[in-house]
Amino acid sequence: MTASDPPELSGGDSAPSAGAAVTKRRNGGLTGAAAGWLERRLPISKLLPTRQPYYIGSWVYVFGVVTIAALAWVVASGVVLTFVGPQWWHVSSVGRFINSLHFWSVQLFFIFMVLHLWGQYWGAGWRDGRAPTWMVGVVIFLISVVTAFTGYISQQNLDAQWIAVNAKDAINSVGVGAFFNPLNFGQMYGLHVMLLPIAITLLVVLHVVQVRLRGVVAPLGATDPDLGDGLRGATRS
Amino acid sequence: MSWLRPTRGPDPTRFRTIRYDLLKELTVALGVIGVVVLILSAFLSSPDVKPDTIQRWSQDDPVDFVTTASNELAGTSVSAQYGPPYNTGSGSVQSLGPLHPQEWAGVHQHVDSINQFVLDPLNKAAAGNPTLASAVATFVAAKSDQQTAWLDAYSKALPNATVKDGDVALPAGDFGPVAPMMKGLLAVARTGGLDGLLLSGAGTFYQTDYTSPLLFMGDGGHLSGLAKAQMLFGNQWGVMNETGRYPGQAWLWLYTLWYQIPPYNTASNADLLVVLTMGVLSLALLLVPFIPGLRDIPRWIPIHRLIWRRFYAEQRARRR
Repeated sequence: MTASDPPELSGGDSAPSAGAAVTKRRNGGLTGAAAGWLERRLPISKLLPTRQPYYIGSWVYVFGVVTIAALAWVVASGVVLTFVGPQWWHVSSVGRFINSLHFWSVQLFFIFMVLHLWGQYWGAGWRDGRAPTWMVGVVIFLISVVTAFTGYISQQNLDAQWIAVNAKDAINSVGVGAFFNPLNFGQMYGLHVMLLPIAITLLVVLHVVQVRLRGVVAPLGATDPDLGDGLRGATRS
Repeated sequence: MSWLRPTRGPDPTRFRTIRYDLLKELTVALGVIGVVVLILSAFLSSPDVKPDTIQRWSQDDPVDFVTTASNELAGTSVSAQYGPPYNTGSGSVQSLGPLHPQEWAGVHQHVDSINQFVLDPLNKAAAGNPTLASAVATFVAAKSDQQTAWLDAYSKALPNATVKDGDVALPAGDFGPVAPMMKGLLAVARTGGLDGLLLSGAGTFYQTDYTSPLLFMGDGGHLSGLAKAQMLFGNQWGVMNETGRYPGQAWLWLYTLWYQIPPYNTASNADLLVVLTMGVLSLALLLVPFIPGLRDIPRWIPIHRLIWRRFYAEQRARRR
């Protein structure tokens, strides 16, 4: 910090404003530019809003947050299982219970994620610049399918054996088996407990930020008095 | 690109607002889901059918075991002739016109069923067993024609095999060293030794790669018999099933569906066709916002009228 630092950068930026953001962008280098961009695009009032448009009063909007809640239970139970090791739950009644929490929270996670996906499809949630939000959501869904698949293979029971032996043919047929071997427990387990959950968690955070960034899409056919009726019924991105 | 531009449609901030507590909603959701998960876990538990083992296979069905082992030794098993990524065979290689992705990827997990599944374990088991060591040495030293003749004779006798005290008894025939070799391998398998031998490699202690034992077991009939009893076969929609009455990977229903209908269910390259189909459909799902027709369906079929029922009702009331 130098004496020439503008006041906005020396503690006077507790109340974000467009002016402060501009000053940061100009004087703060890359960090300042990033901070300015974030303050302009994603102020705390957008990230954690206390009011929302009245049209969100629909059960469809519950599915997204419930999916995240189920994911939290999946991760929490998975962390316990990871700490104790993949064989524990086969020989311990407590372990079996924790595995059951993991199993059922995964089922609920998928049920609500699919309901959320369908809800967004029928509401054409990608409209008005929200296509990236839709696409990140679909990527989360696809990665979740792979994560669940590696989880089923990591169970170390008959189901895991049979799924691995059968799935190898489909995976090998497209040449992926050379790098993703469902018969290799170590590879599948590592992907299941580490890389894939991290990818899902980061993408979910990005997905939520995207939603907050643009706000919840207006109902199909809704018009803005300032924009006229030109958008009525449009479902393009 | 248009979708990177700021909002073009109705601005959500211009609508009348209501109070909304995001964190409260999340907290309530965490609690409700937690209660549901706890109840389901407490009352329904989770599936855990014990895995199959080579020991169990050799004890339950020794004839199937020696049949599979002799096929591995003859190089006629599915694994022996599989092709990439395991070996240079072509038995399980799938292609579609000029597309040969399985061959393009090449051999990455080398599997030599003759040595890995039979001769190497027998050589280890033969230590301190001169009869077995002699049989293995005789087989290895014999010419290929002779080996094939012994294996053919053994294979033809197997349908008439009987089991006595866990061992396989065959009618008389010129099996050469094959019969004592199979007897030796069965004996090792019955003790559980082969489960370990197929996992161990030169200079390794830790092991997490079950490619060898699972391929070997997949070539036999015991694992598939257990799977069929649990309704896990492909024609039983097995990929999305779980053992017992538990839900499995229900989200794979579309993937599994293709295997049940023509032309997939009769195609020799069904796996490749199904994976490519699912790849195209996944891409379409990803790109829905940009695909005319697909993105218009929500406008044509007004389910959104149910989603925003109150909003539209209010709009109608305002117009009156």
